[in-house]
Amino acid sequence: MANSPLLDGPSGARPQKFITWQRFVVYGCLIGCALFFLFPLYIMIITSLKNIDEIRAGNIFVPTMHPTLDAWFKAWDSACTGLYCEGIKVGFWNSIKITVPSTIVSILVASLTGYSLANWPFKFSEGFFSVLLLSSFIPYIVMVYPLVIITRYMGIFSTLPAVVLVHTIFGLPLLTLLFRNYFASLPGELFKAARVDGAGYWQIFFLVFAPMSMPIFTVAVILQVTGIWNDFLFGVIYAGPTNYPMTVQLNNIVNSATGGKAYNVDMAATILTGLVPLAIYFISGKYFVRGIAAGAVKG
Amino acid sequence: MDRPNPLFRNLWSKIAALPMMLIVLVVFVGGTAWTVLFSFTNIKIVPIFTPREWVNGFIGLANYQRLFNTDRWMNCPGLTHIGRSDWEPTCMGALPNVVTYVILAVVLSMSLGFVLAVLMDQKIRAEGLFRTIYLYPFALSFIVTGHVWAWIMSPEYGLQASVRAMGWTSFDFGWIADRHMVMYAIAVAGIWQGTGLVMALMLAGLRGIDEDIWKAARVDGIPAWRTYLQIVLPMMKPVLVTTFVIVCSGAVRIYDLVVALTDGGPGISSDVPTRYVYTNFSANLGQSLSASTVMLVTMAVLLIPWIRMEFGKKSQG
Amino acid sequence: MKMFKMAAVLAASVALPSVAGATDLEVTHWWTSGGEAAAVAEFAKAFDATGNKWVDGAIAGSGDVARPIIISRIMGGNPMGATQLNPGKDADELIKAGLMQDITDLATKEDWAHLLRPKSQLDSCTVDGKVYCVPVNLHSGQWMWTNRKVFTDLGMTPPKDFNELMADAPALQKAGIQPLSLAQGWPVGLLVQDITVALAGVDNFVKVYKDRDIGIASGPEFTKVFEAVAAARQYAPADKMVPQWNEAIGLVIQGKAAANIMGDWAGGEFQVAHMVAGKDYDCLPGLGITPVLNTGGDVFYFPKSADPKITEAQLVLAHTLVTKEAQLAFNLKKGSLPMRADVDLSAANDCMKKGLQILDHSTAVFPNDSQMMDRDSLNQISDLMTEFMANTDMTPAQAQAKFVDIIKNAPK
Repeated sequence: MANSPLLDGPSGARPQKFITWQRFVVYGCLIGCALFFLFPLYIMIITSLKNIDEIRAGNIFVPTMHPTLDAWFKAWDSACTGLYCEGIKVGFWNSIKITVPSTIVSILVASLTGYSLANWPFKFSEGFFSVLLLSSFIPYIVMVYPLVIITRYMGIFSTLPAVVLVHTIFGLPLLTLLFRNYFASLPGELFKAARVDGAGYWQIFFLVFAPMSMPIFTVAVILQVTGIWNDFLFGVIYAGPTNYPMTVQLNNIVNSATGGKAYNVDMAATILTGLVPLAIYFISGKYFVRGIAAGAVKG
Repeated sequence: MDRPNPLFRNLWSKIAALPMMLIVLVVFVGGTAWTVLFSFTNIKIVPIFTPREWVNGFIGLANYQRLFNTDRWMNCPGLTHIGRSDWEPTCMGALPNVVTYVILAVVLSMSLGFVLAVLMDQKIRAEGLFRTIYLYPFALSFIVTGHVWAWIMSPEYGLQASVRAMGWTSFDFGWIADRHMVMYAIAVAGIWQGTGLVMALMLAGLRGIDEDIWKAARVDGIPAWRTYLQIVLPMMKPVLVTTFVIVCSGAVRIYDLVVALTDGGPGISSDVPTRYVYTNFSANLGQSLSASTVMLVTMAVLLIPWIRMEFGKKSQG
Repeated sequence: MKMFKMAAVLAASVALPSVAGATDLEVTHWWTSGGEAAAVAEFAKAFDATGNKWVDGAIAGSGDVARPIIISRIMGGNPMGATQLNPGKDADELIKAGLMQDITDLATKEDWAHLLRPKSQLDSCTVDGKVYCVPVNLHSGQWMWTNRKVFTDLGMTPPKDFNELMADAPALQKAGIQPLSLAQGWPVGLLVQDITVALAGVDNFVKVYKDRDIGIASGPEFTKVFEAVAAARQYAPADKMVPQWNEAIGLVIQGKAAANIMGDWAGGEFQVAHMVAGKDYDCLPGLGITPVLNTGGDVFYFPKSADPKITEAQLVLAHTLVTKEAQLAFNLKKGSLPMRADVDLSAANDCMKKGLQILDHSTAVFPNDSQMMDRDSLNQISDLMTEFMANTDMTPAQAQAKFVDIIKNAPK
């Protein structure tokens, strides 16, 4: 994990001397594909900078000569969903209110579970873990109604704690796997020495393991923040209208067009919604790749 | 900690793992069991819990009968109308739609992802830049992806209208309004979002392959493309299988993308099982639960070979 | 935070000694178009004037989107203070499960039985002699809306009914105007139902939906309906459909489409666009063929709350919703008919007056589909009709056969 093969250098048909046309084909394909992946981003940005008449009259490819940020301000501050025309900023703050506690709680629970499984196994612990891993393949929608009933019995349905709980539940399989594998990969002597020194369950976790596990915690935070920020289904069902996250607000703004659709505002709202995970992705770069690859390849 | 009672050995460990155990038992096992059990009852809007209610409401397979007789779920004139004038060689409905989507996602994103990984592995310049470009859609929400593509594919103002305006008047990209093409439109958006991940996984697999293989292949004078197809690809089997499982399980649960891109339209032609389950929560819970159970069974059928493979590997080693 | 809240309550109780304390009441509804939002703001204003606070929980989309969210919130034990819901069988299960507040006492005290008309509305709020909801307006879905200018510009007379529109359609299409605009989802079902009522007649519609008369459902009257829909679907093809009903009305307002079939709530959009009924646009009840209206309407339910303050505020809201002033302000903006017979409607536009006239002739009034059939079956019919509209390969005979199947299997 600490040394993901993905981050090493290329291993392919390395020392072969390429004739120029082969290189040409390679770069041609790479650039062609890159254009396909960049195209929607380009369209999003130029559409959000146009005014609505230009959109109706103009060509989707052509950037505007008179870029304006009006659509952005409108999307952020005054786009309407229902009675309230407060823009997507409401959803932005709600998403933060949901993402921060959900990330903390889910990582805390999963790291302790992984630590228990790796270093303090008990009867049936592996059995539980196997079922947990299998559960990660259950389509979320199947669990939605049972969780409505469960959260209702807990008296938290349609509140912030309900979404936090649901994100913790569905983050658990992958995160536990990550932490369990990471802690298991640490040298066994470390754990034994700490035990000989008389350290218990909590001391070893907080004083020995946690400080040296920052890379895996970083990966987990990136995974959870992007995953939770991007969630739609749980937000719409468990959060309640006053806590609707940004994705739900985006969908509401796009769908509650009054007298003609404002595609520029829609696109500005769309970019704004994607901005947080994109920023995390661009800043964290290799950690992000490591996170998704680690969870996947080692599974 | 050294107590005689084994229950109290590693007590803190057990306490810390308690949430996990509860979640496994109550939510995953309990929720699945509840879903399957009550899919055999006449449950409508208000859920029922007690064994007595279950017995009173038991209606056998009636929910499933209804499910497979509902056009929105599955409509295969080909199966029952063979030889008649209204025979169609295709299946429509939520279940065939998701099968189509899974097949498209697996075939297209895996082949495109593999090709990209191979190209990326050619000691190219600016590898980091290309990887960033291919992978950024994966950081976005399906809702974002759906709305962007809905705009691009909008027949009136989107790509189709713009290309036509530039002179290519027969250009046809109004897929989201065409009931025969709409699942392909959804697949384009899904592939745009997910191929970067497949590429990253495959690239990791490629780089995990022993350097000596390449040396040996070169000594034998095997061209690079054949080495990839005939030697490297088979060696990547574990990565391929894992990728396959990830793409499949992601594709089966597709929901947000459809809601944002087409919301099931035109007509009911791009409905998917998750949406069928969701919309029936407040109309006919029995339909939701039986459709959920069908999804569970489908996942199990997809997963069992993989589990057996993984399990078999362990028992060998 | 708590201190602040207490201070606020204190301040409010000093300012308004008659109110026991301001209570925040969350109200969910799916009124999110321009005209609708303006109308609901009137209710909010009236409720806030009682010293309480209307916390708006608008759910964008339509009833189809909002209903699952609303029901799951009530089922989930953290209900809103009040909610819009269609009258009829929708809420019956929730009432049976004891999740809804009984407001019979208020209804008796204010004599709603005589105050509100038609009787059917209050009846659908009544289960086993107890009142559970407040009807706030009367809606009818059977209207055809036309932009007169589109026709006069082409030298045509604006059509007086749906058949005339269909006759004009080829000429309109040739002139580059969409004869019929249509939005995805439930508006398709509404269109088909309106054609049903107009062509097959109210009696047959009720016989099929309420009495489950298979003979009529499979008979020639309904064949005519399915054939008319098949003829109409070429003028509203899938790639011309818009996502929301108000966008479809928008196309008529802009003159890009000639007509739309929608409920009286569309009137609010024309009003927002400053168009005058009878001059700039026409509204034709019963698609101009049979002037009839159904007695659907919006009602508010009050999910049971453990908090006595909420219960008290719920009753205040229930009372507010049927006051003369709130009824008038709300319905003028919404383009719907008020529940109270004593509301002065001289300010109403032509369309509303037409509606009132029909309402006075009660034979032309018929029940809403949700009062006759369960939501599950209605959803199936709606699925069938959206598919029939979008799928030109489906023949009228096939669609009718499937329709008969659904009617056969609908629980009584």
